[in-house]
Amino acid sequence: MPQPLNYLKETASQTAGPYVHIGLIPAMAGFDIFEKNFSNVLVRPNTQGERITLEGKVLDGTGSPLRDVLLEIWQANAAGRYNHPADRSAGALDADFRGWGRAGSDFETGLVTFETIKPGAITDRAGRKCAPHVNVWIVARGINIGLNTRLYFSDEEAANATDPVLNLVEPPVRRKTLIATRGERAGNVVYSFTINLQGSDETVFFDV
Amino acid sequence: MNAQAPASQDPRLNRPEPFTPPLGDGGFFQRDRSIHPPAYAPGYKSSVLRSPRQSLLSLEGSASEITGPVFGHNDLGPLDNDLIRNYAKDGDPVGERIIVHGRVLDENGRGVPNTLVEFWQANAGGRYRHKKDTYLAPIDPNFGGCGRALTDDTGYYYFRTVKPGPYPWRNFVNSWRPAHIHFSVFGSGFAQRLITQMYFEGDPLIPICPILTTIPDKDALDRLVAPLDLNASTPFDSLAYRFDIVLRGQRCTYFENRPEGN
Repeated sequence: MPQPLNYLKETASQTAGPYVHIGLIPAMAGFDIFEKNFSNVLVRPNTQGERITLEGKVLDGTGSPLRDVLLEIWQANAAGRYNHPADRSAGALDADFRGWGRAGSDFETGLVTFETIKPGAITDRAGRKCAPHVNVWIVARGINIGLNTRLYFSDEEAANATDPVLNLVEPPVRRKTLIATRGERAGNVVYSFTINLQGSDETVFFDV
Repeated sequence: MNAQAPASQDPRLNRPEPFTPPLGDGGFFQRDRSIHPPAYAPGYKSSVLRSPRQSLLSLEGSASEITGPVFGHNDLGPLDNDLIRNYAKDGDPVGERIIVHGRVLDENGRGVPNTLVEFWQANAGGRYRHKKDTYLAPIDPNFGGCGRALTDDTGYYYFRTVKPGPYPWRNFVNSWRPAHIHFSVFGSGFAQRLITQMYFEGDPLIPICPILTTIPDKDALDRLVAPLDLNASTPFDSLAYRFDIVLRGQRCTYFENRPEGN
């Protein structure tokens, strides 16, 4: 027998269930308990960058919106820098931007929204420029292990065309499932997205 | 005794760069999906329409995956890890008083320090304080059912609560969830993000739960079952259960090599 390696094994995932709001967004469950709450608003008054709303739905295999889904997003700041010590790229940190938020879908419409800023382009560890993007993590009843995907921006066509991750997606027709569409409403910039869990337009999900 | 020739004069060692220990690139160990439930698990009916059917696209960890949100004590309140007191209105909640404690580790066996752990559960009668829960067992006016904690420098966390009850749910006509507590854990990178559930040693509903049995690996399932930890209990007050959580390992700890420290 060779020597044992003795690595531990990752704890198995379990669904977040229908009552995920109790733990992660108690106000949506219908009560007030914590002094401080996490939310879908990533911006503060002094956060740098272009204010945007990310708005979309997660659809099941029948095309119906999930009305009990929870999304978290993680993104770089306007300078393309993540607020974490492992990002040692050159962009400046922004003390007014953590870069993380969570949102539950509306119980009636399934709509999910985030108030954030458009991230800058990121330089990966090989020195390549990556198109601006937001990392998305999805949990819900019926989702056994959190789903990872990304949102890119429709007005970044040149950057998207050379993005090293988008270019891994085959066939290329699936790349559009990762692109949020820029629009405006009442003078505000709104990027719209649809995440399809199944079907011919199934969103690309990543094993990260 | 002759001195050794300097390395630069030894042709066998004439390398431009010294070979350094394999500390790695900061990426996480590849996730072993054989220990996790598959997305499509028809015995858990809700997964049928909510499971992707295409292959996941594998990404080597980039800055987007090896980084993640950082939390601190400023994000929490003083009662956040005490579910017996954090929603009490006119007394303590009904139920068995328990302490739940353990460590958040990575696959290298290292504690994951200062990471956010969130937990939520039904009350002692199996009822959630949630506007969508219609089970006939009553709401407990003194129990909210959620809390959170930051791990300490060694990855240790603890909280106090009452033991949740089992409850029925619509999967098969007579499906019951074993008593469980939901856990959400962050780790240091977003690719470590994990939600799971903790179960209690000896619960006869464990082997017949359609959600628990989505896990294909018996050992992985057993690791979700917290043993009674009598040594950590408080005599004449609370029993204790121990639940360690393991997140993916990292090919180095970034901080060990940072001259500027954390």
